[in-house]
Amino acid sequence: MARAELLRMRDIRIEGRAGDAWLPIIDGVDMTLHRGEVLGLIGESGAGKSTLGLAAMGHVRDGCRIAGGAISFDGIDLRAAPDATRRRLRGRRIAYVAQSAAASFNPAHRLIDQYCEAPVRHGVMTRAEAEADAVDLYARMQLPEPDRIGWRFPHQVSGGQLQRAMTAMAMACRPDLIIFDEPTTALDVTTQIEVLAAIRGIVAQFGTAAIYITHDLAVVAQMADRIKVLLRGREVEEAPTRAMLAAPRAEYTRSLWAVRTLERAARPPSEGGAVVSVRDVSAGYGGVDVLRGVSFDIHPRRTVAVVGESGSGKSTAARVITGLLAPRTGRVLFDGRPLAPDHRKRTRDDLRQVQMIYQSADTALNPKHTLREIIGRPAQMYLGLRGRALTERVRALLALIELEPDAHIDRRPSELSGGQKQRVGIARALAAEPRVILCDEVTSALDQIVQEGILRLLDRLQGEFDLAYMFITHDLATVRAIADSVVVMQHGAVVEAGPRDAVFAPPHAPYTARLLASVPEMDPDWLGRLLDRRDAGQG
Amino acid sequence: MRQIAVMVGQRLALGLLTLLAISILIFGATELLPGDFAEAVLGQSATPETVAAIRRQLGLDQPFWVRYWAWLSGALQGDFGASLANPDRRVADMIGVRFGNTLFLAGYAAAMAVPLALGLGILAALWRNSVFDRGVNAGALTAISFPEFFVAYVLILWLGQSGWFPTMARVPAGVEMSERLWRTFLPALTLTLVVTAHMMRMTRAAIINLLASPYIEMARLKGVSPLGVITRHALPNAIAPIANVVAINMAYLITGVVVVEVVFVYPGLGQLIVDSVSRRDIAVVQAVALIFAAAYVLLNLAADVVSTLSNPRLLHPR
Amino acid sequence: MGVATLLAVMAGVVLGGAAAAWLFRAALVALSRGALRRSLRGAPLTACFGMLVIALYLGVAILAPLLAPYGERAVVTVQFAPWSADHWLGSDHLGRDMASRLIYGARNTVGIALATTALAFMVGTTLGLWAAVVGGWLDGALSRAVDVLMAIPSLIFALLLLTIFGTSILTLVLVIAAVDATRVYRIARAVAQGIVVMDYIEAARLRGEGGARLIFREVLPNAAAPLVAEFGLRFCFVFLAISALSFLGLGIQPPTADWGSMVRENATLITFGDVTPLLPAGAIALLTVAVNFVVDWQLHRASGLRE
Repeated sequence: MARAELLRMRDIRIEGRAGDAWLPIIDGVDMTLHRGEVLGLIGESGAGKSTLGLAAMGHVRDGCRIAGGAISFDGIDLRAAPDATRRRLRGRRIAYVAQSAAASFNPAHRLIDQYCEAPVRHGVMTRAEAEADAVDLYARMQLPEPDRIGWRFPHQVSGGQLQRAMTAMAMACRPDLIIFDEPTTALDVTTQIEVLAAIRGIVAQFGTAAIYITHDLAVVAQMADRIKVLLRGREVEEAPTRAMLAAPRAEYTRSLWAVRTLERAARPPSEGGAVVSVRDVSAGYGGVDVLRGVSFDIHPRRTVAVVGESGSGKSTAARVITGLLAPRTGRVLFDGRPLAPDHRKRTRDDLRQVQMIYQSADTALNPKHTLREIIGRPAQMYLGLRGRALTERVRALLALIELEPDAHIDRRPSELSGGQKQRVGIARALAAEPRVILCDEVTSALDQIVQEGILRLLDRLQGEFDLAYMFITHDLATVRAIADSVVVMQHGAVVEAGPRDAVFAPPHAPYTARLLASVPEMDPDWLGRLLDRRDAGQG
Repeated sequence: MRQIAVMVGQRLALGLLTLLAISILIFGATELLPGDFAEAVLGQSATPETVAAIRRQLGLDQPFWVRYWAWLSGALQGDFGASLANPDRRVADMIGVRFGNTLFLAGYAAAMAVPLALGLGILAALWRNSVFDRGVNAGALTAISFPEFFVAYVLILWLGQSGWFPTMARVPAGVEMSERLWRTFLPALTLTLVVTAHMMRMTRAAIINLLASPYIEMARLKGVSPLGVITRHALPNAIAPIANVVAINMAYLITGVVVVEVVFVYPGLGQLIVDSVSRRDIAVVQAVALIFAAAYVLLNLAADVVSTLSNPRLLHPR
Repeated sequence: MGVATLLAVMAGVVLGGAAAAWLFRAALVALSRGALRRSLRGAPLTACFGMLVIALYLGVAILAPLLAPYGERAVVTVQFAPWSADHWLGSDHLGRDMASRLIYGARNTVGIALATTALAFMVGTTLGLWAAVVGGWLDGALSRAVDVLMAIPSLIFALLLLTIFGTSILTLVLVIAAVDATRVYRIARAVAQGIVVMDYIEAARLRGEGGARLIFREVLPNAAAPLVAEFGLRFCFVFLAISALSFLGLGIQPPTADWGSMVRENATLITFGDVTPLLPAGAIALLTVAVNFVVDWQLHRASGLRE
């Protein structure tokens, strides 16, 4: 590549304050970017991606400091430059697109006022020119009503549209470099496509260089020319996108693919009928129905995956089964016998039979209790175990979830890693000796490699204890890995249900088709092909 | 706009309802007493005649709701009945001038404290962890720890003994404004010091909270100057929290007024309520308590309405 | 007093306080171990000064009869005697020894404030946690009631109740505790509401746990840290409120030695330029500053740990 060098960062070290000490967040990373080039920064949470991206603008968040290294943007030393120089660059030559557009737009001003701020303040355009330009960029970002949308307030515009408006705002001064900080992470997959396509289009049109930060390998494959992998503040490897996808060199990079290699053949429904049946349930909050006439079955020793985007009602279905939310109409049957709608009215044995595992193990385990109390309590309550027998039971459960009993039994959740906490959540559910476990996005908050371990553990336990799982997820890769049957939900209703392979094979219900098509694939050409197909379909 | 009107109307209705509940509470609190208020007041010196006289005056022979209604409808017309300790005097007459005096003192202190506290709070938030911030914070923490009478006496000792300002804040009728401001300077300064400390700390916390918002970081990353970040991005969103901070601190002011008036022998409602408590003159105490509570409710109501009117989500509904 | 001397005295006090705080921290660090030692080592000097002052006050309060040269209520000399070797701080308006009354005041004033705060806390936190855990109409009813009670400024409400029930130490404690319990309820409920939305509380409910276990085993341990800091703050408010009432002559009644009433009784001396009546007021201020310093440090630590 003969393009001129735009950004050059050498041996960057950034530290964050922890009490009285400074701990490294970025520990000696180099980064180089050429004009018009898109660099993907990928890594798990806590890898330091955002910190490094912001440092490219010479900015660190409160409580952090740049402890060493050199940052040179187009020949300007960003560390040595006075504040005024950095301010002249920001917004004009380097722009930033934040993860949450809803929080990053000032709620007190119209979009157009926030758009015009940078070009007018930096003296690039007059207000009138900037407004006209905004309408043009809004149209290019495929926003509806481009000549009107700018005159709305942030709360009057949807999340996906706000994210595109923010990209337009970043583009206002036609900067040389834009930092995209997880711009689609908060969006649903079907919305994500539109935003990805718009960002890719506009960056290509203006030849803008970009740093694209994400934790999703498939997304970055669509956007970046080169990919840099970060792990705990250090670089793991960097390579052109196609080269890295074809042959990742580092062990860690290969592990990022891990969950996608896990796949198990779907099994037919088991004999003897469903253990839990949701029958024609409508339920909601304050008169608004979140679920409308939902029915599905959970079969013994099988896994049913309930998929859908945020607001589809999949978690509400779990709340109805557990009795946290009483249905307005319809029933939940257990072994063919109706369960009380309110969990406070259920017998202790009914409560025992259906257990729950949560998405975030951080909030699911009481931070003040030891594992002995967390795991022991259900065994004590439901099975009446006391003293030695109880301790033995807790130790056996810890061994089951592959945690060394003696080392862990008196620890508290804060002393465990994210994956270990999720395993404790599983042990707590097992301690009740249930027949059904509801898993609510149990792997979503975990890093890829940890996800695989959790899924394998759940699969093994299912075989050992004849468990039935209801697996709530928005991630279709997880569905492929573990489900026997699938229920697809949209706007509180079931749009398609059946054995996994049947749902995943055409013909699809229209929404299922869209959902399946929207999941990014690890192929750099996937987004281009999808958009071509869509244009052809519409044309 | 309709939605705003409805919201403001709801707030006003809620405020009125709160006031009504407070009036029941203030009037009905005597019912908490085991036995009868007349006997409790007279204690050892109770004779059947005196007890009967007080009962008659308080109307204790009538049912509660009849008494309450008579009291409330009188209060709404500015008539709080006769003093219990001195049946020849009307409570309304005792309150009259004093109410104006207390309002004057509180307004005087607020006029000094509010700009000072908001200014210091905003600057401390801007220059967080600087020497200025630490100094102002330590000073404020010390000031809120001082009892009002301690501050008052230190000021008397320092500014009063040297003869710069009078230590007795007597304000005869018909005094000129400048003279009046000079005579009441020490009590107003005492209140200012105490209230400023509270208000400054809350303002600082509210602004720091605001400055942590992602849209403030976004403005910085767009190259907006520090001053522009404050004036264009932080302040339009700070109206609601600041209005609340001011309202809350006016309650401290009310509490402070009572003690400060006693120290400086200032003829206001605070003096009156303290004297009446020791005389157990319930009629006067109820009237003054109702006035203070109403002032507090009205302040909070004003802050509520300001917050509502400054919320873009309500001003520009979807 | 000239401004220069005033500044010199203030500088001397600050330096002396800092030196004492530094020594106290060194002693505490040497005596402790583990996590406590680590956190003490990082404690700012203001917090150490606060802890030193609190320790001194507690010592004086407990050992009052041994430290005081004269009895609490004994008339031992003429009225308003000046400072002397026999009577270090002179005597009060009845001829009682000022220094002795100041020492006994530590016991009475601080003790009553502590008891009141503890009572307000027991009532306020129990109701606050209960409302947050149970929710629904109970929460609604309690919170509306507290809203109304809190719409009356606390001192005014206390004055109203004192008029009705009369002034005695018991009514004073009960009245202030009742007024303050509403503020504690607000805080406890807000803290608990942040906790009851956690999944582990939902898990406990689904397990079939009863209300008492939810409140005391699941919620309370997680609410303890912010509530302890709040206890310090509330103590300051209660302490100042009781002192203010005593100063107004409506709180702790003579002949009990109490700092607020001592200021009132001897206030005339101030007009003669005598600082003696300011000493009990200063004693109140010093303890409140000390508690606030420690609370500020704890709050700062808590917010730092969360990030």
